[in-house]
Amino acid sequence: MIKEILKILENDARTTPAKIATMTGKPAAEVSKAIKKAEKDGTILKYKTIINWEKAGNEQVSALIEVRVAPQRDVGFDSLAERIYRFPEARSVYLLSGAYDLLVLVAGKTMQEVAGFVTQKLALIEGVQGTTTHFLLKRYKEDGEILAGGEETKRQPVIL
Amino acid sequence: MPRKKPNNTSKRVNQIAPSGIRRFFDLVASMEGVISLGVGEPDFPTPWHIREAAIYSMEKGNTMYTSNLGMPELRRELSAHLKKEYKLDYDPDTELLITVGVSEGVDLATRAILDPGDEVIMADPSYVSYSSCVVLAGGKAVMIPTYEKNSFELSADDIEKKITDKTKAILIGYPANPTGAVMSRDKLEKIAEVAKRHQLMIISDEIYSSLVYGVEHTCAATLPNMKDSTVLLGGFSKAYAMTGWRIGYAAGSKDIIGAMFKIHQYTIMCAPTMGQVAAIEALKSGNDSVNEMVSDYNRRRLFMVKGFNKIGLPCFEPRGAFYTFPSIKATGLSSEEFAEKLLMEEKVAVIPGSAFGECGEGYIRCCYATSLDDIEEALARMGRFVGKHRKG
Repeated sequence: MIKEILKILENDARTTPAKIATMTGKPAAEVSKAIKKAEKDGTILKYKTIINWEKAGNEQVSALIEVRVAPQRDVGFDSLAERIYRFPEARSVYLLSGAYDLLVLVAGKTMQEVAGFVTQKLALIEGVQGTTTHFLLKRYKEDGEILAGGEETKRQPVIL
Repeated sequence: MPRKKPNNTSKRVNQIAPSGIRRFFDLVASMEGVISLGVGEPDFPTPWHIREAAIYSMEKGNTMYTSNLGMPELRRELSAHLKKEYKLDYDPDTELLITVGVSEGVDLATRAILDPGDEVIMADPSYVSYSSCVVLAGGKAVMIPTYEKNSFELSADDIEKKITDKTKAILIGYPANPTGAVMSRDKLEKIAEVAKRHQLMIISDEIYSSLVYGVEHTCAATLPNMKDSTVLLGGFSKAYAMTGWRIGYAAGSKDIIGAMFKIHQYTIMCAPTMGQVAAIEALKSGNDSVNEMVSDYNRRRLFMVKGFNKIGLPCFEPRGAFYTFPSIKATGLSSEEFAEKLLMEEKVAVIPGSAFGECGEGYIRCCYATSLDDIEEALARMGRFVGKHRKG
């Protein structure tokens, strides 16, 4: 049942337990309990809103940074990754297979701010062997949502 | 002496009454801010991979006629699909025909089967084209009333009582538009026995076969010894959100498909090429996107059914398609009055049940292939409306 609930919440976090109960045919109390449990055990991390900040007039600069690191004995990549993800500037951090090791999404108010973070913080962390910074030029799709607005289905209002 | 003004339209066409619902449709179209539960198609656009395949094929210049029967690859894929879904073997070269939607399939099947005066038995209420296609084919539609208390299922006993020596076929459409009813296997088996006993064909419109909730769809051709006397009509519109592509199919015995093919090749030539390419991609891609849509519809279905019961429009639980069929008898209004008043007073569009036959009177058809927000708002408006118009 929890997967069904999660799917509904992932699509719209505002859906109330009562509504989810109706949609799944389960008692509301059971749904509430399952949600509480998922919140507690970290299955549900947070409820947030996907915002098109450009539209809100709030300009933001983002960059994807490839980071090559030297893994360390016992802790592998985890401890280095932690040193990076603890910075609030690092919005997402992933370990990847392939030509480099970590991919870090950094966001800031200006290009200087992002560049400053990379050159004065990230690149200087012990174990970081090199970085390649890609500034983001345009967002087309964010978390499954098309920023230009999804498709409007043009249906006939009534049909038999 | 001037010649009497000739009647320009045929008696056959004149037999079909002009649809009264048209005026209501025009009214809906002229109004702004209407929430429509009167739609009859998915609210998802066709999955992107299907559209992409069709676009690519057009870029490559694949814009010519196809084989009259439909593209060989599509017929092969379809044959494999029917084998996988129902364990049915249809020869792609002689027992399958790609049609312009199930709409063409119903037309071809009735024209291929009927001689003037032949009778076809069908449920009342049922999809609007059934009886008209029978009449246009020179036949007579024999309606069997079905009721909410029997979940709008046809009964074999009722069918048998209406059989005459003119009866040629039984036309069924489950999961049903407008009621959302699904026919259980045992009831369908009894109907098949009657058909067998009286040597009748079954024309089975199974366009909504993928859209069932918590029950199994029974394909009429899978019933014991029924494959050769069933014309199975299906399509891609509802399962793959491909209504505008206009691709359906007919599956049946070599004789009947051959007869339908004769009409098809002279009237249609072939189904649209782009649509056929898209259909191949749909079949090849498996059921993931279909399953996703089905679970989404199911949530809205449960939401709408509960909503209607709450606001005082009792609603039997529809197990298929994407329609609910609540009773509006508590208001004392006719279906048409209800639909028109609701539109004018609350700007919600629903389809009067009476559009689908006399037994649809006292009901409205509401489609839940609409966003949850819209369904919620429509239910709130309808709750207000019902409160105002409750009888006595």
